[in-house]
Amino acid sequence: MRNHEALQGQDPGRLNLWGLSVVGLALLAGLLGVPVAGWAEDAASASAAVSYRDIPQLGGSRNIIWVVAQLHLLLAGFVLGVPIFAWLCEIVGWKTGEKRYDKLAKEFTKLLTSSYATTALFGGILLFLLISFYPKLMTYLTDIFFPSFIAYCGLFLLETATLYLYWYGWDVMQEGRAKVFHLFLGFLLNFFAFFIMVIPNSWATFQASPVVIAEGSNVARAWAATWNPTWWPVNIHRLIANVVLGGYICGAYAGVRYLSAKSAEEREHYDWMGYVGNFIGVFGLLPLPFAGYWLMREIYQYNQQMGITLMGGFLSWLFILQAMLIGVLFLGSNYYFWLGITHRIPGAEAKYKKPIMAMLVILLLCLGVWMTPHSLVASLEEARKLGGTHHPLLGVFGVMSAKMTVANLMILVTFMSFIMYWRAGKEETATWAKLARAVMSGVLGVAAIVVIVLGVWGYFVPAIVRINYFSVAQVLIVIFVMLTITPLTALLLRSARTTTEMIWGRMPPRAGYALVLNAVMVILLMTLMGYARSSSRVHWHIYGVMRDNSEYAYSPALGYAAAFMSLNTFLFCMLVAFIFWVATMGDKAKAGHGAMPAMAGGSPELDRSKAH
Amino acid sequence: MKGGIHLKPALLMVGLYIFFKFGMPLFTAPLPASLIMLYLMLTFSGIMIFMTLSGTSMESFLGPIFRFISGDGQDGTMKMARLAVLALFPLLVGWQTYTSTASSTAPPAENRTVHPAPPGEFAAMSNPVPNTPENVMQGKGLYAAYCSPCHGLFDGKGPASRGFNPPPANFKDPTTIAMLQESYLFWRIKKGGVGLSVEGMPWKSAMPRWEFELKDEQIWKIIMGEYDGAGQKPRTWE
Repeated sequence: MRNHEALQGQDPGRLNLWGLSVVGLALLAGLLGVPVAGWAEDAASASAAVSYRDIPQLGGSRNIIWVVAQLHLLLAGFVLGVPIFAWLCEIVGWKTGEKRYDKLAKEFTKLLTSSYATTALFGGILLFLLISFYPKLMTYLTDIFFPSFIAYCGLFLLETATLYLYWYGWDVMQEGRAKVFHLFLGFLLNFFAFFIMVIPNSWATFQASPVVIAEGSNVARAWAATWNPTWWPVNIHRLIANVVLGGYICGAYAGVRYLSAKSAEEREHYDWMGYVGNFIGVFGLLPLPFAGYWLMREIYQYNQQMGITLMGGFLSWLFILQAMLIGVLFLGSNYYFWLGITHRIPGAEAKYKKPIMAMLVILLLCLGVWMTPHSLVASLEEARKLGGTHHPLLGVFGVMSAKMTVANLMILVTFMSFIMYWRAGKEETATWAKLARAVMSGVLGVAAIVVIVLGVWGYFVPAIVRINYFSVAQVLIVIFVMLTITPLTALLLRSARTTTEMIWGRMPPRAGYALVLNAVMVILLMTLMGYARSSSRVHWHIYGVMRDNSEYAYSPALGYAAAFMSLNTFLFCMLVAFIFWVATMGDKAKAGHGAMPAMAGGSPELDRSKAH
Repeated sequence: MKGGIHLKPALLMVGLYIFFKFGMPLFTAPLPASLIMLYLMLTFSGIMIFMTLSGTSMESFLGPIFRFISGDGQDGTMKMARLAVLALFPLLVGWQTYTSTASSTAPPAENRTVHPAPPGEFAAMSNPVPNTPENVMQGKGLYAAYCSPCHGLFDGKGPASRGFNPPPANFKDPTTIAMLQESYLFWRIKKGGVGLSVEGMPWKSAMPRWEFELKDEQIWKIIMGEYDGAGQKPRTWE
């Protein structure tokens, strides 16, 4: 049996070695291919002074970089988001003693090993392409960031070693202090991953918001360039977005497995996994608009030109598309919660029909405001009747005060959806339950009113008051609601009596599709905002410092960009599907040979204990 | 009541359409078709979400529609109605395709106007003229002479305003100059419509290029007078 277990343990290792071999071969091919990449280069300029190279036959350097960079970033987001997700699940499993959380964490860590190799592969390709296509820019950036390049390599070594220990040590570090050490490894994994994210962020944000670099040592210059105005806002925004991406992709994976599940046990498990994925996605989604708002504020403050280009200029349509995608995401996440209430908790449909309708109406009203542009698309005749393209009444919905208000309200509604789901099927027996419910209703009602009042008042105060005080107050109020209602609900439910047991595995197929839709929306959002962030530099490689003098210095039309966003989303989904397929191939074979699990990456030890 | 489950959503959709199309123009400007379509699509999404929450509601809402389309157990009038729908549907698609692709003499839809981003040399400017009552008064005087014929009493309704499309900006609207920094206004006044940036061309602006008539100091004073007269404050970061 031990030999059998040992063999089972080796499967992922083989897979990983195979993956690393592919990376190695690809890197070698990349190295050999570098000279070829310069075939479009003018022979006369084949010197150190070359600024650009191109492969027009493959669609041009910009488009190639666009696809590769976006795929690398999406993979990186997944690879950095999943460890957070896995580690949180492992902690929950350890604290509650529920082994299924531990199994879930392990299942996703297994996917991580193959995703990690693919991410590194795309990172290598991106680097070679950047050096080949943009030698002048890369020379400049290397000159500034040389020390952080080295630190980045060092972090990669640490992250890789930690990942190996974390994954291969899973089964042997299950009990007592060993488990605590394993959890510490999970912390280290995320710690290193965070810095692996923030270092390249400094390169990208320096391009968008460069600062004056003082004379000094290499380290001092790199340090000064790293601390540019948009570095931390991007770090925080991406960190939260990675959690969202990891959660929703987990949900999508569970959704697909749920749709193809053949046994009741599988349906039960993947239904539960879908719930956890959606929950973590929503958990990250709630603070994401705040982080985005802070980022845009910093961009606008850094440079009015860039702020207006993004928020009011030729890129502003992207924010209407963003509203649409975020709206679908909010609706999709809530829909999944509501489906959970009506299908997993028998008899709950009638009780929660009215609250669900109320929440749906609020969400749609908010979304309507969020999606209303400041200036409208109108025919000539319509514009004449309007007196321009600004509507005198609905035009007020087109600016940030309205958008911020409805975003906060949508967050409140989504939070309450979760609370409702949490409380469904339970009867609160505490003597103070009535008082607690009244307090919660009061807090929620007052918070919603204050958020709306601040939103309306925001039109009548100087912009800086609205930005620095009103918007911040709105965010703090929403956070206060969450911090008040969550512990109160937890306390109430501690003594609550379960009236209707939650039944897993009863969700309809559309719940699985909703999970897939949410993941696709998040990926589309990331490709959309990736284009926005990159295009806001317009014709500059480094804003205001190094001008783009290539033939691709123009900004692509929005329709053209949208096609690339869709392409990148599709390619990423295919990549993730491939990774999932490869990573679970061995388990299917095992399951076919009579070994346990219906789920990928299931620990043999845990499976046996469950079987007994 | 049989069919009641479809009646309410249908009434909601029709009612909203009538309100947006014919009701709103009674008290404000009409809504463009693009916005009406957006709101109706949101409503439709809401109906679909609500009606598919449970198996029972989904069956009672979509079941009859699916059965009608599949033709299960139909005869007589229902059968004819189904055939009519199946015949009309491709015709509807064809008509829509024709109307959206056929050449027309009607001018194209108004492109959504966007705020042009100021050139770099203007973006970083700050008002060098002290904000004193005297300077504000001088600015208002200059405004009255140069700007009010079009922009009126800061509301965009000057005597000449009706001759322009798009109309002159309404500075009292909290979504115009209150959202902008002073340097943005300086650029727009100094360079006018012809000085707009190339991004997003062609622009439609009849704003004169005042740099030939006014000194920079006078422009800054006009900006102060404009904000004061409109009851607005410029965007600042402190």
